[in-house]
Amino acid sequence: MAQKITIEPVTRVEGHGKVTIQLDDSGNVSQSRLHIVEFRGFERFVQGRPYWEAPVLVQRLCGICPVSHHLAAAKAVDVIYGAGTGDGLTPVGEKMRRLMHYGQMFQSHSLHFFHLAAPDLLFGYDSDPVKRNVIGIAMTNKDLAVQAVMMRKYGQEVIAVTAGKKIHGTGAIPGGINKNLSIEERDTLLKAPNPFNADMMVTWAQAAVDFFKNYYKKNRDFIDNFSKFDSNHLSLVRKDGGLDLYHGVIRAVDASGKKILNDVDTQDYLEYIREEVRSWSYMKFPYIKELGPEKGWYRVGPLARLNTCAFIPTPLAQKEFEEYKKVTNGKPNNMCMHMHYARLIETLHSAEMIRDLLNDPDLQKDNLVVKGTKQKEGVGLLEAPRGTLFHHYKINDNDQIVMCNLIVSTTNNNQPMNNSVEYIAKAMMTGKKEITEGMMNAVEVGIRAYDPCLSCATHAYGSMPLEVTLKGPKGEVIDRKYK
Amino acid sequence: MATFVKFTIDGKECMAAEGTQLVEAAKQNDIYIPTLCNYEGIPPKGSCRICTVNINGRPATACTTKVSEGMEIQNNTEELSGFRKAVVEMLFAEGNHFCPSCEKSGSCELQALAYKYTVLVPAFPYMNPARDIEAWHPKLMKDHNRCIQCKRCIRGITNAEGKSVFAFGKRGHNVMINIDPETSKNINDELAQKAMDICPVGAIIRKEIGFKVSIGKRKYDKQPIGSDIEK
Repeated sequence: MAQKITIEPVTRVEGHGKVTIQLDDSGNVSQSRLHIVEFRGFERFVQGRPYWEAPVLVQRLCGICPVSHHLAAAKAVDVIYGAGTGDGLTPVGEKMRRLMHYGQMFQSHSLHFFHLAAPDLLFGYDSDPVKRNVIGIAMTNKDLAVQAVMMRKYGQEVIAVTAGKKIHGTGAIPGGINKNLSIEERDTLLKAPNPFNADMMVTWAQAAVDFFKNYYKKNRDFIDNFSKFDSNHLSLVRKDGGLDLYHGVIRAVDASGKKILNDVDTQDYLEYIREEVRSWSYMKFPYIKELGPEKGWYRVGPLARLNTCAFIPTPLAQKEFEEYKKVTNGKPNNMCMHMHYARLIETLHSAEMIRDLLNDPDLQKDNLVVKGTKQKEGVGLLEAPRGTLFHHYKINDNDQIVMCNLIVSTTNNNQPMNNSVEYIAKAMMTGKKEITEGMMNAVEVGIRAYDPCLSCATHAYGSMPLEVTLKGPKGEVIDRKYK
Repeated sequence: MATFVKFTIDGKECMAAEGTQLVEAAKQNDIYIPTLCNYEGIPPKGSCRICTVNINGRPATACTTKVSEGMEIQNNTEELSGFRKAVVEMLFAEGNHFCPSCEKSGSCELQALAYKYTVLVPAFPYMNPARDIEAWHPKLMKDHNRCIQCKRCIRGITNAEGKSVFAFGKRGHNVMINIDPETSKNINDELAQKAMDICPVGAIIRKEIGFKVSIGKRKYDKQPIGSDIEK
């Protein structure tokens, strides 16, 4: 008897989506989809606005990673302002932005691992949902919960001193930044008594990596094999191949590690990346043009970044990177749950970067902005917490935006997330007559590993209850559950 | 030599030179009367009505009233505060004021008054008018979405020949304040900045300098509007 299973909305992710899984007469999964069901339309309503407004306006896409949009848009308008493509700013301009960005990475990764993902790992994806949440963690592991909150708070404080406030600041402007870092601000983050200082954040980030590695030793089969499939991987890398979350060239590798995009200039992204529209989702499906939509889709985010980069330019994270790469003998890692591992190594890298930047005297300099010859078009890319983020603007003679194209990190992961849903649905639901809460959450665990921000990806709005419906071949409702 | 007169505001005994504009006279006595269309140094207009006070029991705009001997003025009453709040609410409903992405945010008088009068939710239905940005000028932009038609720019910004850089366009409720192509032709950066500063909202914007003042250093980041006068 054919059945249709709906999971709506997917929970413990940023934004709202739903999953439908179609079972055929034999109870096998015939089709599964992650639908993104809302729409906002930032690309359209930014048209007509002055270009220098874009970094402040477009960051309103998101309340979790506004810094990423703020900086990607700022990088794009840098080009329009004649300030170059990422390396033309003054040292204080670039380093203040980097500090803001690493603060963002640190807080967002901490939020995802501890608040959203850890409950599944600590208690099991099919454990009691009453316990399987951040409150459950606080009740059973108080120290870890406090650490999680403090790490996120620290990242937010870094953002506040660079962007002016924790959420939706205005720090990055065309050609640079609107403030430097005062000695008082620096010392608040660098030298405050324990636990709220940069050294402690490095220690805690290292402890988080160790926590995961310990979990991995005990749960190797689950971490290695839950939703494992081959894919291409894409990210920015530094020109020398090092991990760089703020600026670089576009590199993509296939599942075996062969380069399929060889260090492409970000301004040329449209020559290499295309987006496909499908009727059942507001989220587009990006792919590498040369390979086409069938074979050209790719993953972005922590897993992809550690697959494309050759090394990490901070010592503690590099040490962890080397150990991480041994798991796959140096080859690309295609195991979905290893995204958590990669994300925590990036969290450690971010903590090291924050500490190093806070010690950099360039941040107290006053030459905040550079200006060059005006351009009519600009592209800005960076590595947001969830993956590569593309901002592209064109302006008219009056400085008004006439075209905006955003390929948001989560959008890049659209096809991989759909693949994860299908993989898990086939493994967990084939031949089953009743939906269990554990099965539903298993699907969500797969999606959650990508740390998707569905609001960003579709510029979404709205909220929905979770409803799961089991229907018979004539559409009759056999089972329905709410969360 | 100026003749000084005595008057009271909310019962407080005050003194100022006879004929002083009431807004200014109150300020000299450490009392804040809110204004929007009024601007120090240019002739008052009395168009926004937010400075309305009760003088000897009758409502009048403080920007167009000159102080005289024995005036009894009510300024800080529940009724007047409610009235002023309604003026702010109507201005927000009449235009398209999106503070989150406005570069005047933090230095905007309308926004500062909304904070002062605790405007938390829309009191009137938004009119969502379809308005454009006038962006042709090399130094200035006029965002009609944010214009409250206070006319401070028309009265206060003149070129080297003494002609107003801004001019009326259209009529009635469709009235717009435009940049005059002729009189604004050769304005320098200093006058462009003065035009931006004289606008109480974000309707007049100097091109390519947006958001250069960081959060924390904007006009009303540290203290609410009027608090520099009230003691």
